Amino acid sequence: MAQRIAVILLGLICSSLAWGQLEIQVTRGIDNPTSIAIAPFAWDGLGTSPVDFAQIVDSDLARSGQFSPVSRRDMLSLPTSKADIFYRDWRAIATRYLVIGRVSKGTQLRVDFALHDVERGIELFSGQVVGSESEARMVAHGVADAIYEKLTGIPGAFATRLIYVSVTRNPECKDFYRLTVADADGRRPIVLLEGRDPILAPSWSPDGKEVAYVSFESSRPAIYRQVLATGEREQLTNFQGLNNSPVWSPDGKSLALVLSKDGSPDIYLLDLKTRELTRLTRHYAIDTEPTWMPDGKSVLFTSDRGGRPQIYRYELATGKVERVTFEGRYNARARVAEDGRNVALVHQRDGRFHIAVFDLVTERLTVLTETSLDESPSIAPNGSLVIYATKRGERSVLGAVAVDGGVKFSLPARSGSVQEPAWSPMLSQQ
Amino acid sequence: MTTKNTLGKAAAAVLMAALVSACSSNAAKEEAAAQAAAERAAAEQAAAAEAAAAEQRAVEKEKAMMMAEKREEKRRLMDAASAAGSVFYFDYDSSSLGDDVRAAIDAHVALMMADSGNVRLEGHTDERGTREYNLALGERRANAVRDYMVASGVPAYRIETISYGEENPVAYGSGESSWKKNRRVEIK
Repeated sequence: MAQRIAVILLGLICSSLAWGQLEIQVTRGIDNPTSIAIAPFAWDGLGTSPVDFAQIVDSDLARSGQFSPVSRRDMLSLPTSKADIFYRDWRAIATRYLVIGRVSKGTQLRVDFALHDVERGIELFSGQVVGSESEARMVAHGVADAIYEKLTGIPGAFATRLIYVSVTRNPECKDFYRLTVADADGRRPIVLLEGRDPILAPSWSPDGKEVAYVSFESSRPAIYRQVLATGEREQLTNFQGLNNSPVWSPDGKSLALVLSKDGSPDIYLLDLKTRELTRLTRHYAIDTEPTWMPDGKSVLFTSDRGGRPQIYRYELATGKVERVTFEGRYNARARVAEDGRNVALVHQRDGRFHIAVFDLVTERLTVLTETSLDESPSIAPNGSLVIYATKRGERSVLGAVAVDGGVKFSLPARSGSVQEPAWSPMLSQQ
Repeated sequence: MTTKNTLGKAAAAVLMAALVSACSSNAAKEEAAAQAAAERAAAEQAAAAEAAAAEQRAVEKEKAMMMAEKREEKRRLMDAASAAGSVFYFDYDSSSLGDDVRAAIDAHVALMMADSGNVRLEGHTDERGTREYNLALGERRANAVRDYMVASGVPAYRIETISYGEENPVAYGSGESSWKKNRRVEIK
């Protein structure tokens, strides 16, 4: 009897480990972040506002490392319309820009916002974001995106999502894996798949509606796709040997992936409609970690055919393979920015593994991080930040760094490890 | 009718008569002889059965001895394989088998050759480098062990290989003391 109770208790302990959501810790911003104030938005609906819209915009802009939002405590007034603005109140606290807004609710939420230049005392621009109440946070992120684009010239990527794998360890039980999707600020995590078998290599479809990943649930690695909205999933490949690294083509019609069924790991294409497999690389070395160029015409991949892992490019039309990286003894896991020029990758230097960016045009490689066990870089869809996983103590945490190395922040989970982040594409408003 | 025939018929008749008279007086003799023969046959049969049984017992005894020897041998092989351990270690970024690893695998091969049953080879790496490349490196290690076993005579269909890459470490620290424990192939 005592033994049975012990087993039940052990089961409870093993399953109830808190894994929590991601927290964001900005470790370094740019040297002169721009001061901006986001006054609390007015709420025209009944009861209380579903979310604090202004606070979300504030946090987004702060997290970019390029802005230094004014604390609400320091605000001398709280305007919600143009008529309420006294620019001297904002000049007094040395803020450069002011954002005001008003949220109304009909069948949907609607945020009307405006950005003001405090020094010049004028409105720079105004806009609107519309969305459902259940997506209130995403509506707020949409406001942040618009403000960011207006002030930096680069489209914001705040209204996007992340997938990652969260792992909790307990000496008594096997590791427990959760494939999780969350907003880009780490909030609203949703578990897509969980279990005691490893989950790897998640990636997004170009329309942001599906993910592909590798799961060991069949006691061997196999590739699956899953629709986010419905949870509907399908096993795509389950060959002998490796089934790994599924990545969607930019047109959404095929997946590049890795199979070793024909002797050694090689890159293959799977046509999602016909389910036809086409073999791309034929080499006895390890060919793995494919990623698409944004024009869909070639695939970069990692290969150790030259002795140690380096990045190569496979041109689909000709089947030609050429080596891309030459600096350093280990370059792997490339991810290409939407501009088709910057490639984030893992680069080994002096025995340490850093995230680096390789410029395909200048062929220059720049190391972005100082941590030493970095892996799995993923570039934000606006090309601004690279999110990645790194080891801290005995856990894995996520980090993010600007492509120019200027901004850094980390996203540890409250407990357990977080690894294999993948940043969503730009998402259309629902 | 020829003369020969008549003579033959007569001879046959005379013979028949002699036989009939002989039969009636031999009948009792024959019966006694038959009975004796039957008893002799029975005795022979019994003796043969006894001999066969004895031979059978001898064969079974030999068989039992052989089986005991075989069990003993298998136990010895199992002990040897157990002593060799079920984990084989590797150098950093390498899938080559050291001499000590080969000797350990030899013990498992010997057991497999004396036995039926399949094994599963699970390949692992330490945490350094990228996850997906490490999944391939783990497979390379498991394949190296498999290829050595096949070259030593184990049929390939009895060996299953799988890689976990860096996903299933036994040690979670960052440093060579943890890393070297994770660079391994496990035989199950």
